[in-house]
Amino acid sequence: MSFIRKWVQSIFVLLINGSWSFPFTKMIYRGPLKVICSPGLNCYSCPASTTYCPIGAFQQLMGGVRMAVANGQYFFGFYIVGTIGVIGAFVGRMVCGWACPFGLIQELLHKIPSRKFGVPGWMRYIKFVILPVMVFILPLMAVDKMGLGSPWFCKYLCPAGTLEAGLPLLFMQPTLRATVGWLFFNKLMFLTLFIFWSIPTSRPFCRTTCPLGAFYALFSKVKMIKLHLDPGLCTNCQACHKVCPMGVKFNESPDDTECISCMACVKACDFGAIQLEAGGMPLAAFNCRSKLNAQKS
Amino acid sequence: MAKKTIIIRRAPFLLITFFLLMGLTGIMFKEPSRVLHQAWQICLSCIGIG
Repeated sequence: MSFIRKWVQSIFVLLINGSWSFPFTKMIYRGPLKVICSPGLNCYSCPASTTYCPIGAFQQLMGGVRMAVANGQYFFGFYIVGTIGVIGAFVGRMVCGWACPFGLIQELLHKIPSRKFGVPGWMRYIKFVILPVMVFILPLMAVDKMGLGSPWFCKYLCPAGTLEAGLPLLFMQPTLRATVGWLFFNKLMFLTLFIFWSIPTSRPFCRTTCPLGAFYALFSKVKMIKLHLDPGLCTNCQACHKVCPMGVKFNESPDDTECISCMACVKACDFGAIQLEAGGMPLAAFNCRSKLNAQKS
Repeated sequence: MAKKTIIIRRAPFLLITFFLLMGLTGIMFKEPSRVLHQAWQICLSCIGIG
């Protein structure tokens, strides 16, 4: 399953970043596909990006709400929230495990041999503060004289934007280098932090900071496709604890907000106690491994 | 072996419908064109430049 997941993640990276002519055009993609939402965190100023980032677009809309309303335009972000809401209600944080480019980068970095550490439990709540404060409240409330707000998360924190857009654009357009200031170095600091943190710790950005992950996490109990624990089959062997890249103790909290449905625990469970289900119905094709394990034991 | 009963969860269907309607409301207000216009621009301050 891990092998299949890597393939799916790679395909998503290539689909979301499908404009490969950028080394020649030296510009970002400006086609109609950019009306499609990227399910994972992927900066839409990335030269190869063919989709829009829901977090970036939502902040831009929030920042411009006052001015838009003053001009008689009613843009409240319904389209963006509706789109990521459908994705969230359907698969939730499965997106983090299967379709997020920045998640894949962190996973690859974590493969570098080193001592491995977890994340303190309280740090998982930081993202639930970042989501409302930096993505909603500050862009809406902290406005300039013109009534325009800033995309606070993108501007001050997002390491995906620095990696996928900031650095490539500086490399491709030398004229931009003169405009580099403390803002860029601040973002570069966060990028460096998460890159080095990803080596000893699995997915530190997803676990502590990602506002999109925090939004999808709201659906963990009610999403359509989720992992289901059969308490009757669980022996509390804790095999699922050892393999989870997000530090979830699945048999203790099957609806954990951190679960990215990577299915590592399905493979690890020798008793077939964990199964993938859709709206309450087991998905037989994905549970083959689970059944095989149960038969063996 | 007793046959397991399958209980269909309604919440995901309701939520998907709710967010679909929300998305359609956004389309009605012509938000996609606004999103598209924004996505075509390079927001330099958003990526820490400028």
